[in-house]
Amino acid sequence: MGRYIVRRLLQFIPTVLGTLFLLHYLTTVGIQLTGNPIRALFGDKRPAPETLAALTSRLHLDDPCLKQKGNPCLGLFRERLVDIGQLDFGTNFRFRPVFDWRGFFDRAHASIITDALPYTIKITIIAFTIEALVGVFIGMRAGMKPGKSLDYSVKISTVMVISVPVFVLGILIQQFITRDFGNFLRGQEWIPEVISRGVFGSAYKQEFPFASLIIPGIVLGMLSLATTARLTRTSVHENMRADYVRTAKAKGLTHKRVIGVHTLRNSLIPVATNLGLSIGGYMTGAIITETIFNVPGVGNQTARAIFQGEPAVLIGITTMLVLVYLVANLLVDLLYAVLDPRIRYE
Amino acid sequence: MSDVSVDMSPSLAGVKMTAPLLEVEELKVEFRTRAGIAKAINGVSFEVNSGETLAILGESGCGKSVTAQAIMGILDTPPGYITGGQIRYRGVDLLKRTDEERRLVRANKIAMIFQDALSALNPVFTVGFQLAELFRKHRGMSRADGKKRAVELLDLVKIPAARQRVSDFPHQFSGGMRQRVMIAMSLALDPELLIADEPTTALDVTVQAQIMSLLAELQRERQMGMILITHDMGVVADVADRINIMYAGRIVEKAPVYDIYAKPSHPYTKALLESIPRVDLKGQQLNVIRGLPPNLTRIPAGCAFNPRCRYVRDACKVDPIPPLYEIKPGISSACHFWKEVRGDD
Amino acid sequence: MSDPVTTATSDNPAVIPVQAGPGVNPQGPTQERAASLWSDARRELIRNPIFLASVSFILIVSSMAILPSMWTSKNPRDCDIKFAKLSPSAEHWFGTNVLGCDYYSHAIYGARPSLSIALIATTGVTLIGVVLGMLAGFFGGWVDTLISRIIDMIYSLPFLLGALVILGVLRQSDLLHSDQWWPPVLVVAIVLIILGWVGVARIMRGSVLSAKNLDYVLAAKSLGASNSRLMFRHILPNAIAPVVVVATISLGGYIGAEATLTFLGAGLQPPAVSWGTMIAGNIDYFNEYKYLVLIPCGLLVPTVLSFILAGDALRDALDPKLR
Ligand SMILES: Nc1ncnc2c1ncn2[C@@H]1O[C@H](COP(=O)(O)OP(=O)(O)O)[C@@H](O)[C@H]1O
Ligand SMILES: [Mg+2]
Repeated sequence: MGRYIVRRLLQFIPTVLGTLFLLHYLTTVGIQLTGNPIRALFGDKRPAPETLAALTSRLHLDDPCLKQKGNPCLGLFRERLVDIGQLDFGTNFRFRPVFDWRGFFDRAHASIITDALPYTIKITIIAFTIEALVGVFIGMRAGMKPGKSLDYSVKISTVMVISVPVFVLGILIQQFITRDFGNFLRGQEWIPEVISRGVFGSAYKQEFPFASLIIPGIVLGMLSLATTARLTRTSVHENMRADYVRTAKAKGLTHKRVIGVHTLRNSLIPVATNLGLSIGGYMTGAIITETIFNVPGVGNQTARAIFQGEPAVLIGITTMLVLVYLVANLLVDLLYAVLDPRIRYE
Repeated sequence: MSDVSVDMSPSLAGVKMTAPLLEVEELKVEFRTRAGIAKAINGVSFEVNSGETLAILGESGCGKSVTAQAIMGILDTPPGYITGGQIRYRGVDLLKRTDEERRLVRANKIAMIFQDALSALNPVFTVGFQLAELFRKHRGMSRADGKKRAVELLDLVKIPAARQRVSDFPHQFSGGMRQRVMIAMSLALDPELLIADEPTTALDVTVQAQIMSLLAELQRERQMGMILITHDMGVVADVADRINIMYAGRIVEKAPVYDIYAKPSHPYTKALLESIPRVDLKGQQLNVIRGLPPNLTRIPAGCAFNPRCRYVRDACKVDPIPPLYEIKPGISSACHFWKEVRGDD
Repeated sequence: MSDPVTTATSDNPAVIPVQAGPGVNPQGPTQERAASLWSDARRELIRNPIFLASVSFILIVSSMAILPSMWTSKNPRDCDIKFAKLSPSAEHWFGTNVLGCDYYSHAIYGARPSLSIALIATTGVTLIGVVLGMLAGFFGGWVDTLISRIIDMIYSLPFLLGALVILGVLRQSDLLHSDQWWPPVLVVAIVLIILGWVGVARIMRGSVLSAKNLDYVLAAKSLGASNSRLMFRHILPNAIAPVVVVATISLGGYIGAEATLTFLGAGLQPPAVSWGTMIAGNIDYFNEYKYLVLIPCGLLVPTVLSFILAGDALRDALDPKLR
């Protein structure tokens, strides 16, 4: 186990560097193709050259290599790595930092991410809980009785959910459930506000910090819920026919133990890995759901950076998200080894 | 472990200890699949007694494993269904008993060894856990006691350093050692009957011999009945008392082991024997049986072996299917022309 | 270990030995196997109503993309603010939008950018993925190491997030604000290709690695078949099935991806007309004018669904084991 962890950690370093470089390169080419992004901030107005120059230099966008199309700007990459090493992910054009860890403890050091993160964490936890509990449960039941009605409905509904883009699902749910149905609820005197305005509110509300995140959380979890249910189904279904399950039966164990211990333990290995990997999906998902339901989380800030033409913020946030994603992947790998001894002793 | 004085295994109502250990009568199994109904077992009968080894032999796909699974009650249903016959353990027809009664027969009375121990052992649990589980769930032992017994079992099947190896995972064992673990597992609860389904097929030739002699030794010591399933004529010669030859879900020849080798009574048996490589005939062309086993969804009329048979006549190609003709006590053949095959006059 | 007794001799013509030993024309089994795989699949597919329905829908939508004038005589850019937000009527089947443009012609013309992006992206992803995956799997060594490292790197970037950041940076670029319909389509498709080819490459590399050790390939090799012949005659035909399945499904995926990116402001932008811009542009009017959002959604979702269902059906037909 120890050797495995060390090896994984050693492999992790080049992966991080490679991915950060890729991100750097692709965005740099983008800037080279587009031209100075600062200019765009001013729309049709022509800023004074001094203002433009000052801003450009503060945001590290004055490097001459940004004018040479295709140049990988290695110098810039090195600078960026150093910054990242110091947990500096840049600032917006008003010099508000993208990230400052002190912001978690001290309002004076507030930053874009530290302000937004709590919302994103909450919504992700809701989504993840729903995905894991409901998805695994449904998938398990469906996998144990292949060809039965639950199995078919899982098959059909997963295909449905997979083919409806999350944002379409989001806007439909927002319109028909939180607006239309919510308006109906809000018309009923006897329904408590936390339900009618909180849970079924069409946007995030400060007064209902948890209730008004439930539906956005469900929307966020929906996509991976379908995949999880389907994966669990396939995995249980396959493992039900595995030789060692037959052995467990031959050992005269009860049906409950054959399924609950011998089948399930093995079936959940790929599912657990997938649950971890769905974090990557949550990141894009959060951008969509938070935008639709106006949750002031990290995703919302990302979308805002796009709409307001703030590539520095966009790159900063994305870099951080990618780092989180890579760490999550690493943890999933380690979890995999915990669950499957064959990996551990490789 | 033969020092277990009290028999703690649950008893099955109606069991007569004087009755034969296992009698299978006219067993029929079919698989209902999208491609049609595959008649995997078409009326198989045999008997095994304590202390004797019956070998069931035939090409792969002829229904050996399905027979074993039907006896154990671990057939995959669907698609597999038992459509007829009886499986009597000590006079009790298991097919008429409840699931719970059948469950308690497994491992306690009838145990099974599978072909590929790597896939038959659960990859995510230690072998100790998988052995101790039997004692914990069937004998109500604690984890610690279960583990002690697990070590004893590993010793019994001659796994070196059993005390350490008990906490290893299946994939950490070599093929032969893994099959020993499988054997240990099957013997844990002192069963009366052991079904070994191709126990050595997945192993190297040298290891095969060791495993077979271990099995034979344990069977003799404990006076168990054993059904040894194999497709390899070479494996059974030293171990089996009687041999049943199986083809397309039927038994086509029954005989004591010596007679089979000396004077086969069915063309299929004869062909099987001729296909064994023999040292004394080195350099000669090996006779393989031509053609393939029949598709079980479309078994030919008459004798199922007729398309591949050297002795085939018109009578073989039409129903009725040849019955098992009794040639002498203990020897029978399902060939209309057994005399010709044996070379008797 | 196979049974010694069933090692079939070749005097039974009905029996095709699975392993082609030396002496058997190594070309035979490969192509026969691949050919029978596809003809079995075809027989299975033409009896599958879901597949037929999906393909029909795809054909309808494709005809909108290729020949929009066959479907409508109106020009989507012909708008009159006087007739804004008209409900569906005989004159305007799908009503008009906030600028008074005929919404039916928008819906028809919107098919082209959506489908083009998906088609270009899928073609690019498949070509690059197949070639690089095959090179990596076939040659191994440093070629494999290099390609695999690049694949790992791109894989570490969540797909939509990566596309979002690149297109977000490019947002002000002239490329995305062209008067013609194709430059933005091309830009979005290229970004999707850059991030998407790794999936196909991984599948391909895996299939090639396992195909490399199949008996008939080894036999062909031992008979001195050249590398390119091995790849194109022996390995490719058998490794291509999973790629076709993935390509079909990803056509649907990329249509959804375009719409999602557009919704987040990082894809196509008005005046371009695509289903994505139609949804994104009218979201603010959803409450009062539901049809403005429901119509493009009603085209987008079934299209994505059709590709996914068709891909699923293909997979089932091509891989009998999965049934
Ligand atoms: N799970 C199953 N589903 C469908 N058919 C099966 C299944 N298991 C066995 N069969 C059929 O039963 C026949 C006998 O199989 P088996 O008993 O495993 O052969 P063997 O003699 O090699 O052990 C096979 O040819 C196959 O057609
Ligand atoms: Mg078998």
